[in-house]
Parts: sequence; structure tokens; C-alpha cells
Amino acid sequence: MDLTLKIWRQKDAKSTGKFVTYSLKNISPSCSFLEMLDILNEQLINKNEEPVVFDHDCREGICGMCSLYINGRPHGPDDAVTVCQLHMRKFKDGDTIVIEPWRAKPFPVIRDLMVDRSAFDKIIQEGGYVSVNTGGAAEANNILVGKENSELAMDAAACIGCGACVAACKNASAMLFVSAKVSQFALLPQGQVEAKQRVKKMVKMMDELGFGNCTNTYACEAECPKLISRSNIARMNREFMCAKVI
Amino acid sequence: MAELNPKIPKGPLTSKWTHYKDHQNLVNPSNKRKLDIIVVGTGLAGSAAAASLGEMGFNVKIFCYQDSPRRAHSIAAQGGINAAKNYPNDGDSVYRLFYDTIKGGDYRAREANVYRLAEVSNAIIDQCVAQGVPFAREYGGSLENRSFGGAQVSRTFFARGQTGQQLLLGSYSALSRQIKLGTVKLYDRHEMMDVVIVDGKARGIIARDLITGKLERHFGHAVVVATGGYGNVFYLSTNAMGSNTSSIWQIFKKGAWLANPCFTQIHPTCIPVHGDFQSKLTLMSESLRNDGRIWVPKRKEDAEAHRNGKLKANDIAEENRDYFLERRYPAFGNLVPRDVASRAAKERCDAGFGVGETGLAVFLDFKESIGRLGKNVIEDRYGNLFQMYEKIVDENPYVNPMMIYPAAHYTMGGTWVDYELQTTVTGLFAAGEANFSDHGANRLGASALMQGLADGYFVLPYTVQNYLSGEIRVARMSTDKVEFAEAEKAVQTRLEKLMAIKGTRSVDYFHKELGKIMWEYVGMARNEAGLKKAIELIRKLRAEFWKDVKIPGTLLELNVELEKANRVADFLELGELMANDALNRNESCGGHFREEYQTEEGECKRNDDEYKYVAAWEYKGDGDFLLHKEPLVYEEIEVKQRVYK
Repeated sequence: MDLTLKIWRQKDAKSTGKFVTYSLKNISPSCSFLEMLDILNEQLINKNEEPVVFDHDCREGICGMCSLYINGRPHGPDDAVTVCQLHMRKFKDGDTIVIEPWRAKPFPVIRDLMVDRSAFDKIIQEGGYVSVNTGGAAEANNILVGKENSELAMDAAACIGCGACVAACKNASAMLFVSAKVSQFALLPQGQVEAKQRVKKMVKMMDELGFGNCTNTYACEAECPKLISRSNIARMNREFMCAKVI
Repeated sequence: MAELNPKIPKGPLTSKWTHYKDHQNLVNPSNKRKLDIIVVGTGLAGSAAAASLGEMGFNVKIFCYQDSPRRAHSIAAQGGINAAKNYPNDGDSVYRLFYDTIKGGDYRAREANVYRLAEVSNAIIDQCVAQGVPFAREYGGSLENRSFGGAQVSRTFFARGQTGQQLLLGSYSALSRQIKLGTVKLYDRHEMMDVVIVDGKARGIIARDLITGKLERHFGHAVVVATGGYGNVFYLSTNAMGSNTSSIWQIFKKGAWLANPCFTQIHPTCIPVHGDFQSKLTLMSESLRNDGRIWVPKRKEDAEAHRNGKLKANDIAEENRDYFLERRYPAFGNLVPRDVASRAAKERCDAGFGVGETGLAVFLDFKESIGRLGKNVIEDRYGNLFQMYEKIVDENPYVNPMMIYPAAHYTMGGTWVDYELQTTVTGLFAAGEANFSDHGANRLGASALMQGLADGYFVLPYTVQNYLSGEIRVARMSTDKVEFAEAEKAVQTRLEKLMAIKGTRSVDYFHKELGKIMWEYVGMARNEAGLKKAIELIRKLRAEFWKDVKIPGTLLELNVELEKANRVADFLELGELMANDALNRNESCGGHFREEYQTEEGECKRNDDEYKYVAAWEYKGDGDFLLHKEPLVYEEIEVKQRVYK
């Protein structure tokens, strides 16, 4: 298939960016979206032009590094996949595809389509853990976890930290990301001791970093490649209220 | 000159590690604060080591090339992690896990290390549960186990098909806690460029800030390299795009010998290559072989018709199908070990019976099991894998058989380390897939996660402390020292040299060409003539690379092509060493299959009299490697032939 690409190009965090249009011919429908960009970059290099910079690594939908905003949707038109698992068969011959970086103030652009998501690491550093040192842990089966809660905790823990929820949100809210981690520990006995401190600290850091508020439109859930549920947000709100009140 | 002394503690196998821990030297809390440790890599081994050493009170600096420590490729491991808990009461024990691992490695791993691995396996599960890793549970709330290849017991703990992800997020959370507490400092989007050695001891690294392109000098009283395996030497593999050999190759050039580089694992069930634009291969869990039957057409004309799109798999009559694994291995059938299944698929495709667009694929067919068990049962067991297959291939595997082909997956070889995980350079340690330590010539499923966390949580915290106890009088060194300046200058010169080539071909071109050579001659089946040819071709390609590679941009900026070029330059040297190692090893064992050395039935034929050793290579110069041998002594285990028929 033949395609027209409109790609955001930006030299560095300080420069002004702009869209640049490229045309690409003879792309196989079985090609992945990132392989399509590889082909474009190969052609740019051969023409002595700068290749397009984008984040990617595992290319199997689990590392959370790829982060493209395609035709107005984080991770593009397919549901429940990351960009690296999106294939060109989801597009048609002659399509124009608009590719942008995640757009959110706490995720500044580093170059072209690559953004800085270290804000997510900072939130986790505030309390996204159980404070347990190596060694001396109790026998594993001394901690029993009911299957239902264990499954719900796993649903929340499946978050890959890609930031699509923030990119999808008109307020650039990180509620889905933060609530997934808060929920994982709220659902497990291991997380109880520090539960109140955890939710307060993580929410505080989330606010300090400039992420917006949640206005319950759930674009985050709709675009999440790992189908993280908005009920985690409700659970976090409850945890937060309890921590504040009690 | 470094000595090849594995430093295995004396005494009976079962008490060596206890003895070591009881007699190691300690560092008191006030001295720990004065000691710096550099950890490179944030996968299971690196993040677990950094978090644990930080908790102990050392100053740790940790480096990763990704934007966050949570991206390391440990995250992609699917199946599970082994431990000798014996929760299912099926007769498991530390000894049995030890035995299965040695046997699975085809008797090419060191007894003492493997026994320690089995010994600490249970503590890993305890640690991860305490961290809140959401392992699968039974209805009563206790932990659930499943079975995996190479064992008769169910000892694998798992978190759906994302065990690696959950374990990595566990060690990432422990690491994040230490970063907040200030004991660990994180350097993301930084790549190690070289190790710095002062008076014979590792004392730091040169790193490149990947955003600014600037080189940085970092001091450490000790350096830990935990940067994973080198499977991307094949270009197409199940590794992440950025996975590389560069740090273990840099330390190799500085005196850290590299062991058994030819021991690579090719995984049989991956989604086949679909075009020359393909960038990576996706693994489908080997559990699929429990219910899927592997076949190719019996007649070449049918295979050809399928390749041309003129014939569908379901239109090939039952009598015209060749279930080649069931035919060749009636006892194990479709459940033969990974290396055997991979070689058999390659043999059929090479003989002209391969299917799919490229002819490099075989069918994995669930028709019979769906008929026998019903679609619902198959969906329950493999639903997520079937969905993943459909997303990538755009075919419904409930209706049409899957197509699969082997792909490079894991590297058992790596930096040579002694019992303390110390390399042949004093003060330099290697952990996880980066070292050669525990899997011999073949790794069993669910054992990579176990080894990464064992090294990081339960081995390095002891052995690094033991080493540092002798360094308490060494003050932090200034990075203005001549050794740092020289190391940085060498890196600078190399990068400038790369940028100055201004050739005509992209980095990817050379990487793909290298991958083709490696896959053809140093892949699943190797022979003397092929390996010699590979060495010749790699040398030619390397020379061409240094004359003709084209890297746009400049040094002092974010330059992805330069990062890639630097890594490919190292792969182009490593490939030659792998071929040399494979050529030296005149036997077949585990993942290393030399066509000249096989039984009449086409199985691996080991040569214990001459090759029961670890081949540790020393770098002497470009393409010049010197072999050292560490004999493998089996005191506990009787060495036998592995039989699958």
C-alpha cells in the first residue's frame, strides 16, 4: 500500500516543532507500524536526512516504551494493543496517517516522537512498593490471598506504564496509571500496612508533577492497551478519602 | 595474568553456600556508606542487586539505556519461575531442581553454582510474595504451580502469561524505594561505553548520556554488569531491539574472559519471519505443544502450492501430512525438548517441505485437540496466545493451523565468572543472562527468571560485600585520574571513527547481513566447513562495516543510528568468537549441535572425554582469541546421555 505520513518533527525540547509530510510506497499489510517507520527511516538515511526518533524496545507489547499518537489516538486505531503490535493491515492504501508524540505537559518532548516519562518513575518512587528489604521474608504460603482479589490485583498490575492514559485524557490526568498501582496493593494483604501513606504520597506527587484532574470521561480506559479498568480509579478515590478522613 | 580459578568453597555440595556465608568478610555500616558500587542494567539481576546493595547501606549507581528501569527485557518473559517449594507434594526438592538443571544443561554447568541456585530458589518466591507480586493462587489462597519442560514435578510459579513483567515490577519497586531513600542513584537513557581499570581492579565506567551524547566518568569501588544476553547477534530474535552485547564485549576486551559463547538457545515455537522488513520475532509459549500437532505436507508439490497461496492447510488430506516429530520421536512426540524440536523443523524446511510465504514455517495444528476436547477447553488453556497470534498474523488459529518456526531466544554463554560471580577482572562482577554460570549448554524453561533474581537478591549482596571488605581503605577516586581520562579518550576516538566513515549503507543493513550469516552457519546446526566460512564472511563484513557504514547526525546529540552502530560493531566481533567456539567444540551438546557429531538417530553426541569443560576465551586482539579450559568436575551427579526416545 502507498501512504502519506504527517510526522511531528522537533529537534529537541527547546526547539519549535512542526509536521513534515512524507510519502511511502509499497508497504506490506503484514508489516507492523514500527517496521513501517523503520522503512521510512532507512529511506531517510539513504537520502542523507535525519531519521525520525521514536521510543520502542521489546516490540511485543509488554515493555511500554512505544508511545505514538496516531490519527488522534494513543497507540493508533486498533484496540487493546501497543503501537508495536499494530499492523498496517488496519490502514488502507492511500491513507494519510498523522503521527504525534504523547501530548502532556508532564511528558516533555525530547525529540520528534520521543517524550520524557520519568514523571511516572517519580510517582512510583513515592510509594508504589511494599517496604520490605531483601532477605528475611516469611514463608510465601503464610500469606494467603483469595483468588478473586489476587486476580483483581493482577488485572491492575498488568499496567505497562506507557502513558497512553495520560495522552488520551483531555486533562492529561494520570489517574488510571496511579490507581492501577494503588489498587494492586490495596487488594493484597502485603499492601495494607502502608496503604494510607502510599495513596496520599502518590497522589500528592501526581499533582505536583502537573498531571491534570480526572473528570470521569474514561478516555484513559478506552485507550489503555492493557485494558486497565476505570474501577481502579474508584478504588483509589475510596482509598484516598479513607486515608484523609480516618 | 588472570587465573581461571572458580573458587568453589570446600566441603560437601549441600553446605558450600552456607559455609561461604558463614565465613565471608563483612563491612560495617559506617564503612558501607563510603563504598560505591556501579550496576549496569536494570533487569531482574541488575535491579535486584542494586536494590539489595542499597538496602545494605552501600552507595549504588544504576544505569540503563531505556527511559525507565521498568523497561528491561526481563519484562517479556512469559511462562514462570521455578522453585523447589514442593507445594504440590509431588516429590520435589532442592536436589531434584539441581539435578534437573544440570541434566537439562547437558552436563556442561558447574555443580556448585547450580546447587546454590536451587538452594536459594525458595527464598526468591518468599521475597517476591512479600513485595506484593500477584502470583497465581488456588481457591484456598495458597500459591498455584504448573509444570514446565524438563521436569516431572510442578514447580513453576507464574503470574498469568506475564511472570517476567510482574517479577521485574517487583524488583523495580524495590529499586524505586531505594532511589527515593537516596541509596541508589538512577541514570536512565545512559549506555555503558567501557569499564575503567585502575591497578588491575575495576573502578568505574565510561557512560554516554544518550540525550546529550556527552561522555561521563563514573567511579565505583566495584562494578556489576547485568546487561543480559547477546541473542541479537542473529538480528532476528525474541530479544528487545536494544538488547546488545556491548558491555560484556567491552569488559572482554579489558580482560574479563567470555565463556561458552556458542551455547545459544533456539526456541521452536515462534511466529515465522514474514518479510525482509521484519525487525523481531515473537515467541509463542511452548505450552502450546501440549495440545498442538506439528506437521508439514508429505508431498513437495503441496508445500510449494501452499507457499504460492494456491493451497490451504485444511485442504491437505490427512494421508498427505507428515507429523514429523511424532514420526521421528514416537515416545515424546510433539513434546521433545526445545533444541530437538527446532532442529527437526529446520530439517524439513531445508528439505523443501516448509510452508507459508517464505517456506520457513511448519504447521502447529489444534484441529484434533479441538475435536477431542472442544473449542472451549482450548480457549481456556491458550486463549490469550491465540489472540496474540491472530493480532500479528491475521489468521484465526481455531480454524487454520498456526504457522511457527524456531527463533534465537536466549544465550547460555556469557562472561566467565567464579563462584562469587566475579569475572577474571578483580572487582568486576557479571550477573543474570550476562554471565555463563548456571545453564550449561541448554536452559530449561522458567529458569532464567530464577537465575536473574538469585544472582541479584541472594548471591551478589554476599559476594560483593565480601570483596568490598578488602577495599575499605580505598578512598573514592577522582575521575580526573589518568585511567579515566584514557578510557574516555578511547571511547571518544572510537565514536569519532564511526562518525567519520560516512559510507553508503545503513547500520541495519550490516546487522541484517550479520544475522543471515549467524543464522545460516552458527545457528541450529553447525559444521566445520560452515563455521570456517562464517568466520571468513564475518571478517569481510566487519571490514566493510568500518569502511562503508553511514551514520547521520553528530556525536553530541541524541543519535539513535550511532547507538546502533556502536552495538553492531561489537556484534560483528562477537559473531566471530561464537563461530570459533563452535568450531573448537567437536561434540554436540544441548543447544550446540555439530552435524558431524550425532548418533544414528540424529541426536546430540557429547564427547565427555575431551570436552567436559567450560571454554573461556581471552581477548588477544582483533579476531585473536585464546582458549582457556575450566574442567567440569561432577562429584554429586553421574554424567549420562540424555535420551528422549
